Amino acid sequence: MQTQTFELNMGPQHPATHGVLRVILELDGEIVVKATPVIGYLHRGIEKICENRSYVQSIPFTDRMDYLSGMNNNLAICQAIEKLMALEVPERAEYIRVITAELNRIASHMITIGVLALDLGGWTGMVYGFRDREKILELFNKLCGARMTFNYIRVGGVAWDLPDGWIDECRQFLKELPEMLKTYDELIMGNEIIQLRLKGVAPLSAERAIAMSASGAVLRASGVDYDVRKANPYGIYDRFDFEVPLGTDGDNWDRFYLRYLEIIQSARIIEQALEGIPEGPVMAKVPKMLRPPVGEVYHHVENPRGDLGFYLVSDGSPKPYRWHARRPAMINLQLLDELSRGTFIADVVATLGTLDPVLGEVDC
Amino acid sequence: MSMSLLEKITTDDLLASLGQDVQLLGEGANLSVVVPKERLIAVMEELLKNYSFDYLGDVTAVDRGESGFEVVYHLFSISNKYELRVKTITTQSEAEVPTVTSVWPGANWMEREVYDLMGVAFAGHPDMTRLLLPEEFEGHPLRKTFKLQPRA
Repeated sequence: MQTQTFELNMGPQHPATHGVLRVILELDGEIVVKATPVIGYLHRGIEKICENRSYVQSIPFTDRMDYLSGMNNNLAICQAIEKLMALEVPERAEYIRVITAELNRIASHMITIGVLALDLGGWTGMVYGFRDREKILELFNKLCGARMTFNYIRVGGVAWDLPDGWIDECRQFLKELPEMLKTYDELIMGNEIIQLRLKGVAPLSAERAIAMSASGAVLRASGVDYDVRKANPYGIYDRFDFEVPLGTDGDNWDRFYLRYLEIIQSARIIEQALEGIPEGPVMAKVPKMLRPPVGEVYHHVENPRGDLGFYLVSDGSPKPYRWHARRPAMINLQLLDELSRGTFIADVVATLGTLDPVLGEVDC
Repeated sequence: MSMSLLEKITTDDLLASLGQDVQLLGEGANLSVVVPKERLIAVMEELLKNYSFDYLGDVTAVDRGESGFEVVYHLFSISNKYELRVKTITTQSEAEVPTVTSVWPGANWMEREVYDLMGVAFAGHPDMTRLLLPEEFEGHPLRKTFKLQPRA
C-alpha cells in the first residue's frame, strides 16, 4: 500500500494556538514530520509607530505586546529610557516596581498553567488559574484603573503612590496563595494524565537551548542557570533573596512545572519587598518632554516569557531614532518545529503550551 | 551587574585577538565593536570560542541614511556573565551582510525579521524570506524612507 505525508493547517483561528498563530503540520499518520509556524497575523508595526512618537508615548504600546505581563513590559521600556537619560528612580518607586512586576509574573504563570491544562483537555484547571489571577488583576485595578493595560510604571518612577490599604490587600493575597498553589498541585500537577502527557515529551538539551537563544523557563527547564534578575540585576533585584528553579530534562513537564516553582519564588520576593518598602516620593523630577542625549542603550529584563530587551537609539530629538524590542516569545517559538518532530499531533498542542507564546508579543 | 567584556580585559588585548580592521566606538553604554562585514563571521567565531559568547541576545538593524545600515548584535556569555555589542555596516545599495546562523542557529528568525522590516539581507541564510509581513508586501517599513500614512 502506498502511503504519503499530508499537510494539515492548525490555525490561524484555533482554540489551542493562544491567539492567531498558524502552524502548517506535515504529518505521517499521526506523527509530525515538520511543523512550520506562520506568524505576523497580529503585526501592528509597533516599532515603526514608536519611532514616530515621543519616548513616553511608547509605554502604552508595550502593554499591548505581551498583554499577560504589562507591568514587566512597562518596567523594561521605562528602565531602558532611564538608562539612556541617566535618571535616578526614588527608592519607594523601585519597591513598588518590584512588587507589581512580580505580581504580574504570578498572574502570567497562573494563565500559562491553567491554559496548558485546558489544552490537554482539563477545563477545570483553566478555571482555577483564571479565578486566582483575577485577584491580582483586581489589585492592579485598584492601583491604576486597568486590569491588563496598565501604563502604571512611568519614566522616573510610577504614576502614583499605592492607594490606602493596598499593601494589606497584597499581604492578604500572599496569605491565600499557598492554598491556590495547593489546588494546582493536587488538581493539575498531581494529575496522572497530565504527567503522562508531558513527561519525556519534546526534550531540549542545554546546548541546543543556548544555541537557539531560548530564554525564560524554556531555557532554564534545560538546566541552564540564566535569569536576568540574577545574571544582570536591574532595578533593586540584587537586594532580594530568591532562587532560580532549574529543570533537568528540558521536556514539556520541566517547562511546565518550572512556572509553578517560579510563582513560589516571586511570592518570596513580594514578601520581602512589602517588608522593606520605605516612605517617600514615587516619582523623580523628569522634564515634560524627554530629549535623551545622543546615544544608544540595550536594556533587558526577565519577563514571565523570558529575556525581554529594548534597544533604543537617540539622535537627541524628542523621538527615538530606533526603537526595537527583543521579544522572548518570538525567539522561543522558533523551537516549535524541532521539538514537535516525531511527536503526535496532540503533543504539538502541549509543546506550544509550554513554549507559551503570546502572539501580541511574537508579532509585535 | 553583569558587565561589558571590556571591564575585564583591555581594549588592546581584545583588538589584538580580533584581528585587523576591527574598531571600538563609543564608551559606557554606547560602546560597540565595529567589524567590517567581510570579517564578521571570523570575529564572531573568535568571540564564541575564546570569549565564550555563547548566547546571541538580539539582532537588529538601524537605518543611518546616507551612511548605510548598521546591523547590531547583542552578545552575552552565560558562563562568564558579560556582554558585548557588535556592529557591522553595509551600504544602502548593497544592504547585505553574512548570516551568523552558522555560529548561533537562533539567529534564524531574528535575521528574517531584520530582512522583512529593514530590507537588509543575510547572505547564506537557510530561509531568507519575510517573517511577519505577507510575501506580496512592497517595501521595508522600518526604513526611514518608508513614511507612515497620515491618519484618515
